Amino acid sequence: MGFKQLINSKKTLSLFAAFVLFGTNQLMAQATAAADTATVDKSAMWTGVGYYVLLFFVASLCVAILGKILRVYDLTQKMQGKKGLNWNGIMGVCCALFLITGMYGAFWSLDVQGSMKLPESASAHGVAIDSMFTTTTILTLIVFVITQICLFGFAFVYRGSDKRKAYFLPHNNLIEKIWTIIPAAVLTILVVFGFFTWQKVEDSSQQKGDLNIDVTGHQFAWELRYPGADGKLGSLNFRLYTALNKLGVDFKDRNSLDDISADTLVLPVHQSIRLNIHAQDVIHSVYMPHFRLQQNAVPGLPTFFKFVPTITTAEMRRKTDNPNFEYLLYCNKICGGAHYNMQKVVRVVTQAEYQDWIAKQKPYLSDPLKKELHFADATPAVQVKAASNRLALNN
Amino acid sequence: MSTLAVHDHGVVHHEEGHEHHHKATFLNTYVFSQDHKYIAKQFLVTGIIMAFIAMTLSILFRIQLAYPDKSFPILETLLGRFAPNGRISPDFYMSLVTIHGTIMVFFVLTAGLSGTFANLLIPLQVGARDMASPFVNMLSYWFFFIASLIMLSSFLVQKGPASGGWTIYPPLSALPKSMPGSDMGMTLWLISMVLFIASQLMGGINYISTVLNMRTKGMDLWKMPLTVWALFLTAVLGVLSFPVLVAGVVLLIFDRSFGTSFYLSDIVLNGKVMPYEGGSPILFQHLFWFLGHPEVYIVIMPAMGLSSEVLAVNSRKPIFGYHAMVYSLIGIAVLSFIVWGHHMFVTGMNPFLGGVFMITTLIIAVPSAVKTFNWLATLWRGNIRFTPAMLFAIGMVSFFISGGLTGIFLGNAALDINLHDTYFVIAHFHLVMGSAAIFGMLAGVYHWFPKMYRRMMDERLGYLHFWLTFIGAYLVFFPMHFMGLDGVPRRYYAFTEFESMKRWLTVNVFITWAAIMAGIAQLAFAYNFVHSIFWGKKTVQNPWNANTLEWTAPIEHHHGNWIGEIPTVYRWPYDYSKPGHDEDFIPQNVPFSQTMSSNLPHDFEDNPGGLEEHTKWTNAQKANEAVK
Ligand code: HEM
Ligand SMILES: [Cu+2]
Ligand SMILES: [Cu+2]
Repeated sequence: MGFKQLINSKKTLSLFAAFVLFGTNQLMAQATAAADTATVDKSAMWTGVGYYVLLFFVASLCVAILGKILRVYDLTQKMQGKKGLNWNGIMGVCCALFLITGMYGAFWSLDVQGSMKLPESASAHGVAIDSMFTTTTILTLIVFVITQICLFGFAFVYRGSDKRKAYFLPHNNLIEKIWTIIPAAVLTILVVFGFFTWQKVEDSSQQKGDLNIDVTGHQFAWELRYPGADGKLGSLNFRLYTALNKLGVDFKDRNSLDDISADTLVLPVHQSIRLNIHAQDVIHSVYMPHFRLQQNAVPGLPTFFKFVPTITTAEMRRKTDNPNFEYLLYCNKICGGAHYNMQKVVRVVTQAEYQDWIAKQKPYLSDPLKKELHFADATPAVQVKAASNRLALNN
Repeated sequence: MSTLAVHDHGVVHHEEGHEHHHKATFLNTYVFSQDHKYIAKQFLVTGIIMAFIAMTLSILFRIQLAYPDKSFPILETLLGRFAPNGRISPDFYMSLVTIHGTIMVFFVLTAGLSGTFANLLIPLQVGARDMASPFVNMLSYWFFFIASLIMLSSFLVQKGPASGGWTIYPPLSALPKSMPGSDMGMTLWLISMVLFIASQLMGGINYISTVLNMRTKGMDLWKMPLTVWALFLTAVLGVLSFPVLVAGVVLLIFDRSFGTSFYLSDIVLNGKVMPYEGGSPILFQHLFWFLGHPEVYIVIMPAMGLSSEVLAVNSRKPIFGYHAMVYSLIGIAVLSFIVWGHHMFVTGMNPFLGGVFMITTLIIAVPSAVKTFNWLATLWRGNIRFTPAMLFAIGMVSFFISGGLTGIFLGNAALDINLHDTYFVIAHFHLVMGSAAIFGMLAGVYHWFPKMYRRMMDERLGYLHFWLTFIGAYLVFFPMHFMGLDGVPRRYYAFTEFESMKRWLTVNVFITWAAIMAGIAQLAFAYNFVHSIFWGKKTVQNPWNANTLEWTAPIEHHHGNWIGEIPTVYRWPYDYSKPGHDEDFIPQNVPFSQTMSSNLPHDFEDNPGGLEEHTKWTNAQKANEAVK
């Protein structure tokens, strides 16, 4: 650290002031220049970078000088026969300070940022999840506070000194048993409640009266398909894909003839909805956080999620005091470059509004698609055969 | 208890004779060294360099998250086609997070951490002259080195490095056309990973056999320091789980290059119907997480072991509940094999199976809690010496608590529905794994630096490094919990497309600057590390007054560790501040006959002869007292 001796603090101070002045000047100039012209000046760029590098060096210099000062102070104290800096004590106090400011910070964060969390659940099953969340939060917060206080509190209280010897305590079976059994018991309770809630939430078996809706993910959008008057969705076969039949709907299945395609996921409130989730290329994930709903969309493996929306969009706008509020469905499994923008608006409406809306939607079997399929005379069987000739190697 | 200890003196003599056959050349001393101490340093330096690279990558993508609309011409100058117009491209963003995660998890916290400390500490703390097979040990490093080079070289290929996330789920990773990174970059990733796993297996087998077969006289399993226990169990986990990842990776290579469909089915990519049929993407996830979950414990267990040791030494107190600490490590190791499904709750796995995984997952929290409480009890009524290593060990415990508690949310399948793949998960594992393991590793570096480099690191720079990093890490990761609770997903290039997420932008700016501060603090460490190697204060043989065997070895390094006979072990490694003894530590190689005044009946539990001696001695003392 020889080079530090070369520097005396007066010089550095004035140098620092000069850097700051120069730097802000340069940056300001750059900002105005950038505002004036769209082209970015290369030299301005390097001065900007250089400024930060210099700033870094100045900061390191300050640290080095501070270190030097402390060392000199330490030595002079020792020469005068006093004790030098007691780093052990300083660090102990730092632990105590950290505990206090850290706790304050954590609760500030919980209060301010915690209040930015999702609004109340807009689905029936979500209410159970939310109450479990609250219980878990309370329990873990208690443990968090106690353990962190012990950790930094002990560090402060038992900071070392030469006068004391530590207390030889290799083990204590009773207390160890206690703090094995208590967490085990608490976790058992959480597990039991969690397990039954989970079983209930995940039950997506088909029941009479469910509204089945097809959600299909591909790079990078979602496609929606509603059943027609028969209430049934036609089956799919990926080999039937064409530019017009994007989902590969199989029209040999009678149920598919009246299927409806839609742009917005409109849901009637208080109606049991069963999402039939598909993916065409890579894995995506249907994520509707306001409904506490998530299910991956996996190519080759249809998945389901059943839920009952309980709050209409209009009501939620009132509750959140946000006239532009929308429920959203977005992708939550990395799926490529535009993964960050793969969303669909979800709108929960009353039954009457829903009937109105669905009546206006277009059939999936559009006129051009009918033409493509030579509907009424030819069947798509030819295509199926053609496709199955190209078999995968391991079949 | 000592049935497993094998004292093969024949081997020792053989090795001593063996040494004289080698001529020390530059190449076999400084490059292809077979000395475990030197290999440890190679792992450490490579690990640190990889950590700095991965940290730089993270600063790059943090800049993108904080300033999604701003152009930084310098980025274009530095990154070229990856940052057109001074903005990181979405595909390159994905590459950044992928390679950051891969390097941190595998190259830094697996190889860098276990590689360094298993190599350094296992032979020195169990009292062996070197690893069971020094040659394979050397190969382990060089495989790791080549794997690192290949991983980094993927930045040079036209379409950029792998970008499907560090978990490389197919079909995204299997279809080269699904994103640029899934082309050549993914191929390099897979090759690098196969070499990496080979390195891990060679290392792991060595660690296991050294611990089982090469302990010195008296070192039965229950006298081993917790570091050795942790490193041993880590190696066992690695040897049992990494091969499963090889299987998964090889099948992925087949799907990518030979047209099989193990993971692929029913795919229409960019309007083209693909011929794959009958595979399952979920199969890959099972194989990946069968390694992946033990992997996170492979990362944390060495950090636990190192911290336990550092906490005991610097509290001047025995580790509280040594047996419970060992049993909880064993419990964690065993349970970690049956919880992998908690990463797959919402993949469409059978919900009942999900329920079972939820039960096993929450069970694993019990041994974790026991460990935490025991660490706290170790500090209680200690005589704490705040070396930088001690501070980092305390920080490790703090992070482990904060991050572990959020595991209880995620392990609850019903709660995970809404939390999976959000920033809540990012916060969870960066605290419990990322920060805790890095802090354990740094505690180890500060603590064993004198053993490795025969010099001391500067304490005050260590303090500065600790506080900036510790506060920085909390500032970065704590707010992320709340982003997750607001449904903000991970692996998003920008939050500008969602009206509801724009309000998190200020928080993102804050996090980015906290990350930059913490990043700069690492330069204090780098400076301290390099400077101390060459110009640090010379160390004494046992700078921390510790009990374990490595401090009985001479300061100067010898191939063979001890000159003359290897010390014999008589006691456990945690006799700190034992009442009746004048010093506050008694090294493991001090026989009980030399410490009559501090012996306890408990010390002779499986040694009736010793107990008799002890009783006789205490009776004599009592008689003396009575006479006076
Ligand atoms: C207290 C016990 C713990 C429990 C109950 C727990 C639970 C979980 C769960 C359920 C997940 C999946 C979250 C999701 O993706 O939705 C998860 C993720 C993760 N956990 Fe933990 N965890 C615990 C401790 C740990 C420890 C000790 C580590 C590492 C040292 C760790 C590292 C990770 C990592 C790396 C991930 C994220 C993987 C990814 O998706 O990229 N966890 N944890
Ligand atoms: Cu996506
Ligand atoms: Cu896990």
